[in-house]
Amino acid sequence: MSGVADHGGGWNGDRAATEARGAARTVNASLVTGGVLVATVILTALLSFLWTPHDPVHNDSGARLLDAGSPGHWLGTDKFGRDVASQLMAGARITLLVGVVAVGIAAVVGTPLGILAGMARRGVGEFLMRVNDLVLAFPALLLAIMFGAVFGAGTLTAMVAIGIATIPNFARIARGGTLQVLSHDYVQAARAAGRRPVGIALRHVLPNISGLVTVQCSVSFAIAILAEAALSFLGFGTRPPTPSWGRMLQESQELLFSAPALALWPGLAIALAVLGFNLLGDGLRDRLDPRLAERRT
Amino acid sequence: MTAPDPTEPDPRPDGPGRDPVLTVTGLSVGTDRLNLVSDVSFTLAPGERVGLIGESGSGKSLTALALMGLLPEGVHAGGTVRLAGVDGNLVTSSERALSTVRGEAMAMVFQEPMTALNPVKRVGDQVAEAMTVHGRVRDRSAARRAAVGLLDRVRLPDPAGTARAYPHQLSGGQRQRVMLAMALANEPAVLLCDEPTTALDVTVQARMLELVTSTVAESGTALVFITHDLAVVATVCERALVMYGGRIVEAGPVGEVLSRPRHPYTRGLLDASDLTATDERGRLRTIAGSVPAAGGFPEGCVFRNRCPRADITCAAVPPWAGADSGYACWHPVERDE
Repeated sequence: MSGVADHGGGWNGDRAATEARGAARTVNASLVTGGVLVATVILTALLSFLWTPHDPVHNDSGARLLDAGSPGHWLGTDKFGRDVASQLMAGARITLLVGVVAVGIAAVVGTPLGILAGMARRGVGEFLMRVNDLVLAFPALLLAIMFGAVFGAGTLTAMVAIGIATIPNFARIARGGTLQVLSHDYVQAARAAGRRPVGIALRHVLPNISGLVTVQCSVSFAIAILAEAALSFLGFGTRPPTPSWGRMLQESQELLFSAPALALWPGLAIALAVLGFNLLGDGLRDRLDPRLAERRT
Repeated sequence: MTAPDPTEPDPRPDGPGRDPVLTVTGLSVGTDRLNLVSDVSFTLAPGERVGLIGESGSGKSLTALALMGLLPEGVHAGGTVRLAGVDGNLVTSSERALSTVRGEAMAMVFQEPMTALNPVKRVGDQVAEAMTVHGRVRDRSAARRAAVGLLDRVRLPDPAGTARAYPHQLSGGQRQRVMLAMALANEPAVLLCDEPTTALDVTVQARMLELVTSTVAESGTALVFITHDLAVVATVCERALVMYGGRIVEAGPVGEVLSRPRHPYTRGLLDASDLTATDERGRLRTIAGSVPAAGGFPEGCVFRNRCPRADITCAAVPPWAGADSGYACWHPVERDE
């Protein structure tokens, strides 16, 4: 069978070439920019556990409303004399916590739901997706405010509410991906080999839609950050004294004309974090999109 | 092996002394409104190689999918399919019961090797899975070793390296070998091949056919080989079933069917594949018209709207003439024609 060797003899070399080409493609502007911004937020949050310039919740009545660049207070202080830089650093923790928990709930519930809707009989799948549309049509912030009114406002309530409101996004993405995967012959081949539906879902569907789900995680993370900031701004999110970017914005509102920088810093932090996760999502999409991946090989 | 059910005499008994491994009786496939396959009956002896021939749309692939219980949603099967050593009629078996048969007693190789492997899993793991899913091999590393052995058996060069590769790193012919390795992993009694070589180029095709023939001979697996290529049937199979319009129109030993066809459709197929024969205008011979869309076949004989011999008698469904070998036609081609 020397002829077959002609076909296959070079595949080790081919693989090296493919990987080299793949590595060249990883230099992707949105992926890098998004990755750097997200890494900055994560590192800042981690650092804030060990060190902040000042105690972020310490009220210093002698140092109220200091300008940025004041000695010892790079970004100045707020109306209670709290150090703005320290609050921003500690606020990154809440931002990440809300994102991780909300996206976690949404992905863990929404993805299996979407796979189920994709693999179930057509009628069952359609019914699940119509229920999904119903939840999707309900504004996330309204749901969070209702939750706050019923269970008491707080970070936990906000995270759960944002998570629940994000479930439909994951269900829809997962169902679309599942339908696409199911149309491939290897699913039929797996059934022909005696695989049961749960096995097909875990071994064939999930690995093939993991890219889609990852991208959705990143994008939803950005939306969750924005939602948490909005809720805290409205007073339904993180409660004082825990530092939060949304609440910093709210507290600076009354001083908007006398001390505009107080609104600028948390606003900038929110904008950069949201931008970072969105860019990361875009970059991951370019890397993980199955169609692009096929073109690459 | 279970004894054949005495209350259901097999209409086309196989040769004496060989209990059939697969018995199909009156198999029909259809949607709520359309009949797609009607009254397909045949038996398969252990180790026998049978070719299912027909144009696209003649119901070959649906027949194979019905045997596996893999029909798409909204398409149902009727009739009986019995597999030696498996209780009950596969057509009415539950999905759960079928999943223990599929890949274990009956396996299938699909037409398109480029999409039949999961792109995100290593080839060796996919072959190993074919064994672990039926509990043949419990230990993961043992399954991996066995997978490399199987890849070697389908004569892939560097089986250990191929096991580590992802599907996109293999050529079409190599992937089809992997598919064959997966199908043979549990030494099934019956192997269904749905045009496994159609997507391959001619030289790779010849080697693949030789491989299929020799591996099923080694393991004593009976083969149902679906194709529209008469030359392939002549190479691989011992017996041929010719399908048209969802019915078997002629059956018999390959030499007999291909050299002395009785059904005008088989005759037409042979004429059309003879690239030296031309008609009076110097054109290659064809069968008049084209295969109707599903549900568009005429009542009575399904071939009568394209048949040069059709007359008023053909409005009735022609009876099966003969036993294991035979044809369904009112006006068969005579032996000396």
